[in-house]
Parts: sequence; C-alpha cells; structure tokens
Amino acid sequence: MSELRTEELTINMGPQHPSTHGVLRLVLTLNGEIVTDVKPVLGYLHRCFEKHCEAMTYPQVIPYTDRMDYLTSMNNELAYVLAAEKLLGIEIPERVEYIRVIMSELQRIASHLVAIGTYGNDAGAFTPFLYCFMDREKVLELFEMVCGARLLYNYIWVGGVSHDITPEFVTKTKEFIKYFRPRIKQVNNLLSYNKIFIERTAGIGVLPVDVAINAGCSGPTLRGSGVKYDLRKDDPYSIYDRFDFDVCVGVGERGVVGDSWNRYIVRAYEMEQSLRIIEQAIDKIPEGDVHAAVPKRVKPVAGESYVRTEAPKGELAYYIISDGSLNPYRIKARSPSFCNLSVINQISRGHMIADVVMILGSFDIVLGCIDR
Amino acid sequence: MGILNKLDNSVEQFESGNIIITSMDKLLNWSRLSSMWQMFFGLACCAIEMMATSASHYDLDRFGIIPRPSPRHVDIILISGTVTLKMATRIKRLYDEMPGPKYILSMGSCSNCGGPYWEHGYHVLKGIDRVIPVDVYVPGCPPRPEALLEGLIKLQEKIRNQSLAKHTA
Repeated sequence: MSELRTEELTINMGPQHPSTHGVLRLVLTLNGEIVTDVKPVLGYLHRCFEKHCEAMTYPQVIPYTDRMDYLTSMNNELAYVLAAEKLLGIEIPERVEYIRVIMSELQRIASHLVAIGTYGNDAGAFTPFLYCFMDREKVLELFEMVCGARLLYNYIWVGGVSHDITPEFVTKTKEFIKYFRPRIKQVNNLLSYNKIFIERTAGIGVLPVDVAINAGCSGPTLRGSGVKYDLRKDDPYSIYDRFDFDVCVGVGERGVVGDSWNRYIVRAYEMEQSLRIIEQAIDKIPEGDVHAAVPKRVKPVAGESYVRTEAPKGELAYYIISDGSLNPYRIKARSPSFCNLSVINQISRGHMIADVVMILGSFDIVLGCIDR
Repeated sequence: MGILNKLDNSVEQFESGNIIITSMDKLLNWSRLSSMWQMFFGLACCAIEMMATSASHYDLDRFGIIPRPSPRHVDIILISGTVTLKMATRIKRLYDEMPGPKYILSMGSCSNCGGPYWEHGYHVLKGIDRVIPVDVYVPGCPPRPEALLEGLIKLQEKIRNQSLAKHTA
C-alpha cells in the first residue's frame, strides 16, 4: 500500500469568493487538506489611481483617494491632504485640525466594525455582523449630518474641510460615545471570547515579529505580533501629540502573540482608544472658520513631499511630486493592505485550508487599497 | 392562509375550502419575485453599501433576498462596483453559470457606464451591459441603500409583469 501515488492539488480561491473580502484570487497548492503554498493574484480591482492623478488638479484627486480604501475614506483624504499641504506650506486653523481628528477616529471605529463583523462572518457567526453594522450605521449617520454622504465623503479639503460641524453634531457624537462603550463589551462577549471563535483563530497563522517587520507590515497586523508601533504616537502628524491614548498590542490573552486572534482583538481594543481621543477632541475644540485657509488655487512650487499616517489598516502614506503646475506630476500611495497581504504565503503554510480564510480575514484587507 | 392573501386579486378561492384558481404566469411570477436569491459577490465601494443594505438597518431579508455564495443557487446578481477588463471575463463566466431565469441589477455609476473612471480608466469596462444584459440600473456613486431598495422593487415589478408566452431566458 505504500506505493499509493499522491500528488499535490492546485485549487483556485476567488475572485468570486465570499471570504476573500472583494475580488482577490488565491491560488492554493494543497497536500490533502494541508496548504503548502499560497499565491495571491491581484489586479481585479486595479483602477489606476496614479494615472488619474496626472490628469487631475490637486483638489480633484481627493474623490479618487476616497475610492481607494473605501472603508476608510476619511483617513485616505487626511493623508493625501496633509501631503498636499506640506507641499504648499500653509497653516491650518486649529478648529479644522480638531474636526479632522474627530472624523478620522470615527472612521477608524466604522472600519474596525466592518473588520470585526465580516471576520465573525468568515468564522460562521452571522449575528456579530448584524450587530456591528447596526453600530456602524450610527457612525455613518454622524458623517451624513456633517457632509451629506454615507461612504465617500470628499469632506477633507486642502486647507480645510467642506462643512463646519454643528452643535447638533457635537451632542450626537457625545451620545454615540455613551452608547458605544457598552456595545464594545457586548461584541466582545458575543464574538471575541466565544469558545468556538477562539478555537478557530487562536494559534492560527502566527506572524513572527521579524517576518512582519521585514515585509513592512503595519497597523493591527504588526501590533497583533506585540510590536508597540503606532504612527500617531511614534511620528505624530496633525495634532495627535495632544491626546492621551494607549497603543494597543496583542498580549496573548488567548492563543499566542501574533496569531489571528491577537490581530483581531487589537481592533476591538483600538475602538475604545478612538472613543477616548474623540472625547478629548470634542471637549477642546476651539472656534474658528473652517474655510479660512482654503486656497483659491492649489498651485504648489516644484518639489516633493511624503506624509505617512496611521490608517485603520496600517501605515498609509502619500508621496507627491510637483512640477509647479496645477496638476501633480506624480502621486504614489503606499497602501497598508498590500504589504500586510504579502506575508500570507509564509504564515499559511502547514495550516488547513479552512484556516487560510481566517488568516486572510485577520489582515482586514481591502482590495481597492491593494490594487489602487 | 397568509400566502393566498399575498396573491390577492390574482387568485380565486372557492368558499368551501381547498381549491384555488390562478394563472400559471401569476403563480410563477409571484414565487420568483418573492425569493430573489442574490449572489454573495462584491466588487468595490458599492459592495459595502450592498452589505449595509442586507444588514440589520435596511434588512434585505424582508424581500426574500438572501445572499448565496454559489452562482448555481442564485436568481439575481448585483454588479456592485468598478468592473475592470480583467474582472469582466469572470463576471461573464459567473453569469453563464447561473440557472435561468436570471436577472442583473447594475449598481452604481461604475458598472452603469464607467463612472469616475470613464475618462482615463483604460482598464475599466465602460458599462457592464457591454458584457451581460442588465435589467435595472441604479445610479449613484455609491447609491444610497434606499436607492438600491428602489431598484430591487423595480426589478420585482418587472418580474411581476412577465409572461411565459414571451419569456425567454
């Protein structure tokens, strides 16, 4: 019987697959049920951001940054706008800075809610998905109140924001903070500390620190491995150095440090910290005109600028080269999901095929961000 | 007899009990439009709005629309997002795998006509109707969940009025 012929099986996961979070295709090589190789195939959502930028003026690029990582539009706008402002060298009113921080942190909560909800869905738990989307709807209502859009805002402008926040927004946001604190605990009870969920994720896809750093991982993926690295603390941009918050890392509360569960739980911790930042910002927000520094014509001098920010998915950066005209000469986006995804082959090998779904979900990738 | 009430004026029921009369068309149309299973298939930004629509706040389940992961199980497919040339061939294939009668709802500007990627997007398909036939177009970038619901109601109307005599799919 030892002469039985065995061979490796190659199967195709995606581009239409409910667990690839979009149109990602994974080519899996299997030895029985064990994965021996994972090869991601990208480009199904390539929308050529860089090519578009060459034909657009600086403010016209902002809607396209929205559509790159469509779950974290505010953070994308913020990163791009900061890079453009650095090139222009303009001073921003205090009020605008505070509004931007509030918006990015609200967006971080919305993004993490989608990450947690869909991750539960991947594991077979449908109820957390419904709970998370219910809460996310509350954040979207806040966004709708200030700028009228639910998903893609074009809210943060070069030099300001499109609409000032109203007193009603402030009260609603405070209500939301009060409402959302207990909800995080509820989601944790429902999903994070659920025995079945822990069995599915603890010890699965352990990402060692050296591999993570070499591959350029960032955000919750890197922090899940226990590295305390957050650009809001380590290289503060905007006014993040004024707020008191903790950088959350995976500590191996369940499973081992660096596994899927720890990558996941960092997001649940971070929502709490985002609430803390919003609380502080909304109390200290000064008066001012949000359109005071908006330039009539954005025409920076020739030069280049690079700004990196901490988006919900990780380190998001924009590199702009200007030749002194109205259109940017070149814009390059450094997307966090792309770098995070690159370790999937290394950490999936030796796991079962069902675990690949859990490993992929724990990165919280967005294909618009990967393909650009 | 909840079901019979929903069939309303297309059904005649005899007073004494168990015999009902309706036309084949009306019965088929009614059953098709009340359980449009949808492909669990998202492309880009619009897919997030599609997910938000099927989640608790807007609740697509009340229309009988349930996401299914396999094209063999589904009746409608929502093209939700930018269709690149690379993806278009795959969508054609998914469409061919669906059993008839099948319906397509094109959601958002990108799949309607190319949207913001119309002018410079050399790699974006300028409208999914160049590859597969579309029943309902929902405009917007992205459309609000209310707009998507309206599009689905329009699709239900279309199904309600179709006839076996004319039906080809």
